[in-house]
Amino acid sequence: MAENVVVGDGEVDQSRRKFLTTATVATGAVGAAFVAVPFIESWAPSERAKAAGAPVEMDVSKIDPGQMAIVTWRRQPIYVVRRTPEMVGQLKGHDDLLKDKDSADSDQPDYAKNEYRARLPEVLVLIGTCTHLGCLPKQRFEAHSAEMGAYWPGGFFCPCHGSRFDLAGRVFNGSPASLNLRIPPYSFPSSLKLVVGVDETHQGAA
Amino acid sequence: MAAAPQSTTPPRKGFLGWLNKRLPVDEFISSQLTGYYAPKNFNIWYFFGSLALLVLVLQLATGIFLTMFYKPGELTSFDSVEYIMREVNYGWLIRYLHSTGASAFFIVVYLHMFRAFLYGSYRAPRELLWIFGMLVYLALMAEAFMGYVLPWGNMSFWGAQVIVNLFSTIPAIGPPLVEWIRGDYGIADSTLNRFFSLHVVAVPLGLLLLVMLHLVALRQTGSNNPDGIEIKKTLGSDGHPVDGIPFHPYYTVKDVFGVGVFFVLFTIVVFFVPTFGGLFLEGPNFEPANPMSTPEHIAPVWYFTPYYAILRAVPNQRMGALLMGLAVFAFFLVPWLDKSPVKSIRYKAFISKVALGIFAVSFIALGYLGLEPAEGLYVALARIFTVLYFLFFILMPIYSRMGTPKPEPTRVTYHAH
Repeated sequence: MAENVVVGDGEVDQSRRKFLTTATVATGAVGAAFVAVPFIESWAPSERAKAAGAPVEMDVSKIDPGQMAIVTWRRQPIYVVRRTPEMVGQLKGHDDLLKDKDSADSDQPDYAKNEYRARLPEVLVLIGTCTHLGCLPKQRFEAHSAEMGAYWPGGFFCPCHGSRFDLAGRVFNGSPASLNLRIPPYSFPSSLKLVVGVDETHQGAA
Repeated sequence: MAAAPQSTTPPRKGFLGWLNKRLPVDEFISSQLTGYYAPKNFNIWYFFGSLALLVLVLQLATGIFLTMFYKPGELTSFDSVEYIMREVNYGWLIRYLHSTGASAFFIVVYLHMFRAFLYGSYRAPRELLWIFGMLVYLALMAEAFMGYVLPWGNMSFWGAQVIVNLFSTIPAIGPPLVEWIRGDYGIADSTLNRFFSLHVVAVPLGLLLLVMLHLVALRQTGSNNPDGIEIKKTLGSDGHPVDGIPFHPYYTVKDVFGVGVFFVLFTIVVFFVPTFGGLFLEGPNFEPANPMSTPEHIAPVWYFTPYYAILRAVPNQRMGALLMGLAVFAFFLVPWLDKSPVKSIRYKAFISKVALGIFAVSFIALGYLGLEPAEGLYVALARIFTVLYFLFFILMPIYSRMGTPKPEPTRVTYHAH
């Protein structure tokens, strides 16, 4: 198509051209990676979301023994169960039915990595979302109930996919969930005054 | 590069001549429609590609109008959908067209994919065509999932919770990744708004690009046909395949007829059974999202239930999520797993027909089981069908070589009506 063809009057230095092309592309790629950072970071929880995730307080003495209260922390329901001595006793005797009886693989602060999964045996504090896919397990505290079966020592049942947990949130064999219910950071600044989100290593919002 | 334009017609004069010098209108029509030769033996299975395109246009059109009335946000989403349903003129119609369109999209796409399994349409040289099609399917799943979250009903919320949490099973990066996807410590306003943006802008753009690539790849290889033989091997004296007919007018007319039948069925659903007994729109989604109350029984919309059944069939959550991903990914590999000497089910050995039959039954059975609670017999059956589902792919290189296929004809099977 071209009517005038001009022949170049010098040799092209191909290696120099290749070097310059590669260097330009590499510089551009690094720049693109830097530009991507703000866009990717924009998806992380905003300052408002972090502020809304501040610690919450609760007076456990107002919960009747054997009952459960729910408090919201970081958009998650926190189950607070005031366990009776009988309920604490029901934590024993079914270790062979549990996937992670010592909570070795599960997620909890060190002070809750014990047989009660709690700071105080009579107060259980759990994140009430199933470790399977995040549904809310329902309370099934009555032991040996007709619904749950003769072996049942009391605990939680997830209606979505059928995971079962005992009264310390430990998952039973045969559940789709693999890990025990998670325990949030919490502490008792004074007797039975619970603060969720604050402990020895967590000091509030961030 | 491009094929030489049809030189038999004299150059156009007047406006069309002016236009064609500046925009290749005639060239496009002749290369894509009147000069694109498709096999003459297409059957009913060949309606679904054009119907998928139709539903895409329908979803874009109704979606644009819904966006004019919908307000994304924790406090506004549910109410604005009710506003559309009760107060916007014909809002109920536009929304039901969109919600029914979502299910129609998957019905049409599943039939379109099954056609490829029947006639070996994914085999060489159409591997890339198949992969683009599968990417369209993936984009469609993302689009449908995020669209279902937007009304912010209780099933929207808990569906999002379950699906987003699937990412937490990825080792090491899982939990921070989930927090990044949500933009909060739970499914929240931030999650809803980014899903809205992705649903109305990002994914549709990607979808359009992938559909275009799918069609360009189709034009490059030409369509397969129910006999699974290449019509380009037998050319007539005019250089066109003897067994090919121009896409326009022959197949445009055929497809328009399909569109008519489709709209009869589609509008019956829209006007008389828009929820389709809880399959297209689920009951719990007519309640606002409640982070403190899980619906008694969480089930996704029907088109995801085969994978959901696989997820629930596995007693280990990480394995369940992994198998669910593999169940989708396996489709990408079939062009290389199918070693049969013939493409079409018409000539394949008996064992290949049995295998495809078992797979189809497994897929439908898993779809049913995914709607039922995960307990007792349902889980046991889901496990059996999950195994059959994967055996179809894993054993394909073996059974597709077994048996004696019937001889393929050299010309397509066609009886004039």
